[in-house]
Amino acid sequence: MPVVPPEPPPAGVTDTAPKTPEHQPPSRLLAPLRETGKLFSLAATVSREVFRRPFQVREFIEQFWFVASVTILPAALVSIPFGAVIALQVGSLTQQLGAQSFTGGASVLAVIQQASPIIVALLISGAAGSAICADLGSRKIREELDAMEVMGVSPIQRLVVPRVLATMLVAVLLNGLVSVVGTLGGYFFNVILQHGTPGAYLASFSALAQLPDLYISEVKALIFGFIAGIVAAYRGLNPRGGPKGVGDAVNQSVVITFMLLFFVNTVLTAIYLQIVPAKGS
Amino acid sequence: MGIEVVVEGLTKSFGKQNIWQDVTLTLPAGEVSVMLGPSGTGKTVFLKSIIGLLKPEHGRVLINGVDMVNSPEREIMETRKLFGLMFQDGALFGSMSLFDNIAFPLREHTRKKESEIRRIVMERIDIVGLLGAEDKLPGEISGGMRKRAGLARALVLDPQIILCDEPDSGLDPVRTAYISQLLIDLNAQIDATMLIVTHNLDIAATVPDNMGMLFCRNLVTFGPREVLLTSDMPVVSQFLAGRREGPIGMAEEKDAATLAAEEMNGYGVGISSANAPRTVVPQLEPSPGMPVRQAALRRRERVLSMMGQLPEAARTAIMKSYTPAAGGERL
Repeated sequence: MPVVPPEPPPAGVTDTAPKTPEHQPPSRLLAPLRETGKLFSLAATVSREVFRRPFQVREFIEQFWFVASVTILPAALVSIPFGAVIALQVGSLTQQLGAQSFTGGASVLAVIQQASPIIVALLISGAAGSAICADLGSRKIREELDAMEVMGVSPIQRLVVPRVLATMLVAVLLNGLVSVVGTLGGYFFNVILQHGTPGAYLASFSALAQLPDLYISEVKALIFGFIAGIVAAYRGLNPRGGPKGVGDAVNQSVVITFMLLFFVNTVLTAIYLQIVPAKGS
Repeated sequence: MGIEVVVEGLTKSFGKQNIWQDVTLTLPAGEVSVMLGPSGTGKTVFLKSIIGLLKPEHGRVLINGVDMVNSPEREIMETRKLFGLMFQDGALFGSMSLFDNIAFPLREHTRKKESEIRRIVMERIDIVGLLGAEDKLPGEISGGMRKRAGLARALVLDPQIILCDEPDSGLDPVRTAYISQLLIDLNAQIDATMLIVTHNLDIAATVPDNMGMLFCRNLVTFGPREVLLTSDMPVVSQFLAGRREGPIGMAEEKDAATLAAEEMNGYGVGISSANAPRTVVPQLEPSPGMPVRQAALRRRERVLSMMGQLPEAARTAIMKSYTPAAGGERL
């Protein structure tokens, strides 16, 4: 190393050191709010872009098929034991209370209103949402999304909208499947294993259940599908640096979706119970 | 004819880190410009700011009256169709074949028939020398081929403005020379405004009409190529000579102490001897059979009219480059 001279030269590059613009560093406390805001703004943008032509039919069909193919089988397999568990649990409770004849109605309500949309949403987010998030995330870090934007093609309209619509539609349809399979599972376990009578099961079903229960179930599934799609897309579009960032984003997208689901489910259930009177009251 | 790109007072920071500030320049319509700069001086950020992918905090980028920084997103999206951007590593869509990649802009933005698309795409593939590879996936070809495919995709919509991010990186010298010639030929054919970001000295010396350099968060200079090629600013001469001695250090700039130490150790002598007037290599001409570059003719008018404001060395170099074939074309 050369000897350091006593005096630095008077004029040099160091004098041109920039005056950094006076930006107040954003507070770390507000970071969660900022993320939430961006999530909502993506949701708003997606809702708007849905109506922008040309609609990406091909991409939509491909995504729809993909989401459906990865969720149908697990959903059916999960819903049978789930319907059974509810039937067994409710069955033993009603037996103690001496109201066995209402087992059918109660377990069906639980399956259709609560279990089915949640199962659907968990599967969509866990199986399809994670794939969507990883797909978008790796496209982002490979600059494919930038390239798309540079070509004047909006990645939101081209990629995100078809994916979100696909998760929503699959959620609604899958919800129907899970409801049926879950109900059949409950029926089977109640009638065969707990020796309930088929007649009482069906009678209590129609005594307690009403059409709005099915509506809210489908509405929930629709909203959950939307949330799963949006959260997956949001985390996928904003990965934090490199392949590990994409992995983290996938992980976070699933966790965030789960938490949002249960929160939104609580709100929706509360609203539903307020505005729709129980049957017979 | 290409479109003029006007950059005014552009300043970009990432968090607290300022990338560059107050960059003002005009890319003359249809001409080829090169932005030089050591690695990490924000050249790519500059390109992305011009096309509106990154939003600088201050300043404007005007293209056809649209400000790529602040205008509504819809106008920016429309204006982007005038651009072709060649990414550093091609940025091809990994799940599509080369053919589909290059056809992508046509399928998105035009209503052309598939046979028509095929014709245009194959033509572009031929230009960049990728015939026979059109059915491969981007993962199956070399980096240089990806780059050329990226260029083909950038060209497919006949852009008015072409931005190239380090067209040379990952290419051997021969292919780099071909790319240089290709860029000049393209300019002669479609007369698009071009901005090339690079730190390749061969491209810098032979391709552009205009040159600029980014260093130390500032635009050091921007103007006709001769100005930069003959400049005796320490930064520029160090960069063009590829020396270690000078203000550019391994990590951006050197501190004053190191600089002074270099001077004491006699490197300064070396610098001044190397400062003997550099020869300005003649610019590349379009290949035989190509049309005359309209941009070269326009530039000639423009440069001659601004002669008075240029430094002496640059003036001599310009006169020299324009005299040999008086009244006709440069050789």
